Amino acid sequence: MARALLLLAFLLAAAMPAAAQDAFLDALPGLAGGFAAQAEAVERLGASGDPRALPVLRALSEGRLLKRDTAIILNNADAATGQPADAAGAETVRINNRVRSALRGALGRLQLVSANPDERLAAAESVFRSRSAENIPGLEAAIARESVPRVRERQELALAASRLVAPEAAVKRQGIAILGGASSEDARALLLEARNTNPDLLPEIDAAVASIDARLTFKRAAETLFQGLSLGSVLLLAALGLAITFGVMGVINMAHGEFVMLGAYTTFVVQEACRGTPWLLPWSLPLSVPAAFLVAGLAGAALERGLIRHLYGRPLETLLMTFGVGMILQQAVRLAFGAQNREVISPAWMQGTLSLPGGILITQNRLWVIVFALLVLLLAIAAIRLTRFGLEMRAVVQNRRIAATMGIRTGRVDALTFAFGSGIAGMAGVALSQIDNVSPNLGTGYIIDSFMVVVFGGVGSLVGTLVGSMGLGVLNKVIEPWAGAVLAKVAVLVIIMLFIQRRPRGLFALKGRAADA
Amino acid sequence: MSEIAAASAPRGIPARLLVRGAILAGIAVLALLPLLNQLPLGSALRVSDFTVSVTGKWICYAVLALAIDLAWGYAGILSLGHGAFFALGGYAMGMHLMRLIGPRGVYGHPVLPDFMVFLGYRELPWYWLGFDHFPYAMLMALLVPGALAFVVGWLSFRSRITGVYFSILTQAMTYALMLAFFRNDMGFGGNNGFTDFKELLGVPLNTQGARAGLFYAALALLAGSLFLCRHVVSTKLGRVLVAVRDAESRVRFLGYSVTSFKLAVFVLSGMMAGLAGALYVPLVGIINPGEFAPGNSIEAVIWVAVGGRGTLVGAVLGAFSVNAVKTWLTSFAPDLWLFVLGGLFVAVTLLLPQGLVGLFRRRAR
Repeated sequence: MARALLLLAFLLAAAMPAAAQDAFLDALPGLAGGFAAQAEAVERLGASGDPRALPVLRALSEGRLLKRDTAIILNNADAATGQPADAAGAETVRINNRVRSALRGALGRLQLVSANPDERLAAAESVFRSRSAENIPGLEAAIARESVPRVRERQELALAASRLVAPEAAVKRQGIAILGGASSEDARALLLEARNTNPDLLPEIDAAVASIDARLTFKRAAETLFQGLSLGSVLLLAALGLAITFGVMGVINMAHGEFVMLGAYTTFVVQEACRGTPWLLPWSLPLSVPAAFLVAGLAGAALERGLIRHLYGRPLETLLMTFGVGMILQQAVRLAFGAQNREVISPAWMQGTLSLPGGILITQNRLWVIVFALLVLLLAIAAIRLTRFGLEMRAVVQNRRIAATMGIRTGRVDALTFAFGSGIAGMAGVALSQIDNVSPNLGTGYIIDSFMVVVFGGVGSLVGTLVGSMGLGVLNKVIEPWAGAVLAKVAVLVIIMLFIQRRPRGLFALKGRAADA
Repeated sequence: MSEIAAASAPRGIPARLLVRGAILAGIAVLALLPLLNQLPLGSALRVSDFTVSVTGKWICYAVLALAIDLAWGYAGILSLGHGAFFALGGYAMGMHLMRLIGPRGVYGHPVLPDFMVFLGYRELPWYWLGFDHFPYAMLMALLVPGALAFVVGWLSFRSRITGVYFSILTQAMTYALMLAFFRNDMGFGGNNGFTDFKELLGVPLNTQGARAGLFYAALALLAGSLFLCRHVVSTKLGRVLVAVRDAESRVRFLGYSVTSFKLAVFVLSGMMAGLAGALYVPLVGIINPGEFAPGNSIEAVIWVAVGGRGTLVGAVLGAFSVNAVKTWLTSFAPDLWLFVLGGLFVAVTLLLPQGLVGLFRRRAR
């Protein structure tokens, strides 16, 4: 009777005949009634699957829901109509423990069908953790409606987990089969847990665990490989310029890391310059690449012509002198830009993670760095193999005096080669600004590793640099899980030392006259 | 070297005697400092505690510079990782000093140092055993750097890793050691290292007497090292080393075992650096993994370059002068110091390949 009256009042107020069939509007007034009516209303709201019910029930559980007579007021508005309603004089809706327990179930079910995918994901997560066979129907309904793959995946896992605790063996088997198809640590832990309580299902469970293990091993191997390649590409970028200045020219440039740092700061400056014109901002990173090449290249040319030229044939002095130059550059940048990290934003197309089949996650910016490193390598190889400059450079490396008699201006070639190597270091800085902190000592962390790469790969060989950097990168990441990052570095160093015992000139040694130099 | 100078010395006074006289005078002046420190406050000649401990520190640096010079200046082995030998010696002494703290630590554990109690150690790791004995700790300050120098040197020299390759390798070595010592589970105090030392050989460290004692010990080490190096470079061993520096393949073809000569001088140099580090630690009262930083080693190399490599006096002179400028500048214009240091690297290599000693020689001529 009361409900009929309410309905009438409601109809008058909202002037919306269709509301009679609306489960949400139908159940809502029950919340203003006694505890039994409330519990029933909560159940029905939960079953309705209506997105509007979620905020109401949440407010109810948090004691924020108000009522005046039979109208429910939420956030100064009538919950049914959405019309503004005065909260003054309204009383808080009180609930007891029975209603509270009904609320918990209803909230979980409603979140499963919430309009917000993140909320649905969280709900699936909590259902997964609560592990109750009662959730099965709700989850099945939710999965049928789900359109976002990552949420669906989580829901299916939650469903399997719920099935695992169902009383019927057949349902359990279903759950085990689904869990066996998943490739997550959670699923594995769940199965191992079920192993203790279901002695009769042991063969199925063990088979499922084995299949998860196989997939997890593959996934781990793939991710380690990716991390290794990612580290390797960073090393490649840092070492490539070095392979040219050190490997090809025989000039040891300890300021190389600072050229990388200059490249990273150029990226920062270009980005700040682009801030004035918003349409240019997403393009600031691609613009930084040639800019960083020019800045670092010019700095390199100046260093070679101004200082290094006077020290040819004295490698130890060159080493010390360039170390001093690096120190000065670092301190100059520290005074100009401050010692704290500078933020370089990644463009939208570089952010986020890529999910490959098998649950392998790949961060996009690292993927781009790999691609970029390979592009730079190709560029360097092309410049050395295909251009006039590359030809002259190779000639000077092979025999300086004969090259000079052939009319090659060796001094100019030296400067250009050094500028080229330094410019590549600058481009490395652009890439590093995406995955590392842009700070004055950015380059120091990479310089020792880069030298190791060049020595390992073979001085003077770009292919050797590629193999060396990727090899060291992967080796590092393979050792890391069981030895820790620091010991991995130490181990790699020891391995290189032992390796040099066998092949003192690196993996790809230069043959012929140049090797004697 | 001094023979050449002797031939061109002015007015008949042999330059060799001049240099010796200068060295003895320098040592005598240094030896006076702790005595002047004993004068009452307010006295015009009184030397402050700070001056004594800073000078003591420089003396240890001078020994490190000598060690580097012996390898670089005479045998042409440029090590960019000598700071590692120095720090290892320092850690050996630090371990002894930590053991001497005994139950006086904050946690009051009878055996374990504070950081071990803090990290939940139950008992002393095996490599800490014996460090409560002073002679053992001193032996380790010699042997551990020596052993490391032997292994790295042997692996490198036998496969003929020379020049910049060896420099980079040693730099990587000290870098790797720094990373390792930063770890807490190594049992060396992680990034805090060792500090809060109480006493050494029964003398409390914060007294004037202890400071003077350490100062004289460092001075004796410097004098001893100078004497030893003088002996090494003036005998046949020294001649062979110089020959190796100038024409390694030729020496090898003459039938000398270049590897053994280089290895011997490198190990000796590493041990000297280790002893210098062992005396450095009680003087400054702290040792932490920062001492392994590659920058420290390369800074020590520049002392030698500034003073004049290939001359023993030059190394000592360089260590004192560069550090004097550093101490002065870092308090007056800290931002400027790195420019000056970087500038030193450039200026010395380009303009003053013989360092300050070369400058004096040119003036003398």
